[in-house]
Amino acid sequence: MTPIIAIANLSKTYASGHVALKRVDLGVRQGEIFALLGPNGAGKTTLISIICGIVTPSTGTVTVGGHDILAEPRAARRLIGLVPQELTADAFETVWATVSFSRGLFGLKPDPAHIEQVLRDLSLWEKRDAKIMTLSGGMKRRVLIAKALAHEPRILFLDEPTAGVDVALRQDMWRLVRRLRDQGVTVILTTHYIEEAEEMADRVGVIAKGEIVLVEEKAELMRKLGRKELTLQLHDRLSALPPALAGHPLALSEDGTALTYTYDTKAERTGITALLTDLAAAGIRFRDLQTRQSSLEDIFVDLVRDRA
Amino acid sequence: MNWPAIRAIYGFEMHRAFRTLLQSIVAPVISTSLYFVVFGAAIGGRITSVDGVPYGAFIVPGLIMLTLLTQSIANASFGIYFPRFSGTIYEILSAPISAVEIVAGYVGAAATKSIMLGLIILATSALFVPLRIEHPFVMVLFLVLTAVTFSLFGFVIGLWADGFEKLQLVPLLIVTPLTFLGGSFYSIDMLPPLWRAVSLVNPVVYLISGFRWSFYGHSDVNPAVSLGMAVVFLIACLAAVAWIFRTGYRLKS
Repeated sequence: MTPIIAIANLSKTYASGHVALKRVDLGVRQGEIFALLGPNGAGKTTLISIICGIVTPSTGTVTVGGHDILAEPRAARRLIGLVPQELTADAFETVWATVSFSRGLFGLKPDPAHIEQVLRDLSLWEKRDAKIMTLSGGMKRRVLIAKALAHEPRILFLDEPTAGVDVALRQDMWRLVRRLRDQGVTVILTTHYIEEAEEMADRVGVIAKGEIVLVEEKAELMRKLGRKELTLQLHDRLSALPPALAGHPLALSEDGTALTYTYDTKAERTGITALLTDLAAAGIRFRDLQTRQSSLEDIFVDLVRDRA
Repeated sequence: MNWPAIRAIYGFEMHRAFRTLLQSIVAPVISTSLYFVVFGAAIGGRITSVDGVPYGAFIVPGLIMLTLLTQSIANASFGIYFPRFSGTIYEILSAPISAVEIVAGYVGAAATKSIMLGLIILATSALFVPLRIEHPFVMVLFLVLTAVTFSLFGFVIGLWADGFEKLQLVPLLIVTPLTFLGGSFYSIDMLPPLWRAVSLVNPVVYLISGFRWSFYGHSDVNPAVSLGMAVVFLIACLAAVAWIFRTGYRLKS
């Protein structure tokens, strides 16, 4: 299946000389929820801004639904709804007016029934005649989502959707995103919270320093993230692993004073009990032990270091 | 052509004017009435007529031009500057619309508003002084041409400005002086020869002169030249806007 968004060799260097994206290749599949994960300043917003036509790419191509964003901007943009990271809305307008405005801007005839549905879905119906400046931050976020959905987009971008958002809105938002996915809408969200990607995404892309360092099915990434290491500080140096312990995934440190055991926290059995029993049977004593879970940061660091 | 988008921007901008009715319509009408009181009644009592036209009536075309110029620039520059300032421009940039449609929406609305103001001032002045319009078609042509041209000029300023100060700079330092020195309140024939020659490099002179001709059939410069100059300004502003959108200057990084 051809991806609904195909990005090839995309780079962006700003006029200031800042390199925001380096030769990015990425395909987003139709109908999936794709989470773009990365620390602040990694290039997430630049990538989205280029796809949506707000920032001009330095090199490379992007097609949306088969339409090149530079050659056929209208056809490409019609498919996209964008919810920006910043809470920017026309302060003096009413909710109803600003959402209707968005629909018109995307070339569609007025459809009060659709706007009503969108507002109801986002619990904004009661606030439809309120001026935006009178709304709370969370409500403004809902308005921005409503604006993005006003023209029935096939692709929805959510840039840091849960920044500064309370639990109720977060849950509403995830419900809405799932329902959109059920309707066949492709959703791309950026976040720097691993939990968010874990809860929502079908696939996860990790971006760091302007490079896509990993794109993986969420389940696979979670398996990697679910790994834990148990390190045993040995009482006596070992020159080699005793054959009795060969059945365990163990690594002996170079100086022979520590054993590292890697296991999956999500597996039914971690094998730790069996390991400790075997260690005792082999007469290996240890002074201390510690466990350590690989975090998203570790994965970032590892991935970036591997590429350097 | 994305007509719904043009309608959306146009409607949004017009709505903004009615939301700020006091500022955008009542204020210019009051300030024009003040000009009438000061120049028409106080000073006009001493200057009986210019080229056979009572002074109070003589200044009407100039006053309308003054409002047309300043309001076109103010409306159009603010209309596009504010979304850039507040960040809502993202939506305009990411929508399936061309530069022509964006300009049509913003400039069309700004020009509509200043034409409405011009007509309101015309009607207001009819209460104070006897008016006659000898060439109504030319009058409307100048009205529309000037409103569109200076709305385009304002649009360029709104794109160029990177702060509220710059937004005010060009209207205050350039446009208002040019209008006052452009013969709003006098005929440039009344000036000494040197200043007459200097006035002829002021583009506003041509607009006011041509506009006044459409009222009273008398002008400082040939009305055909005036019309030609108005078209030249229009083309210059169109070229500037076209350049901005082609290069993405101040709009896209």
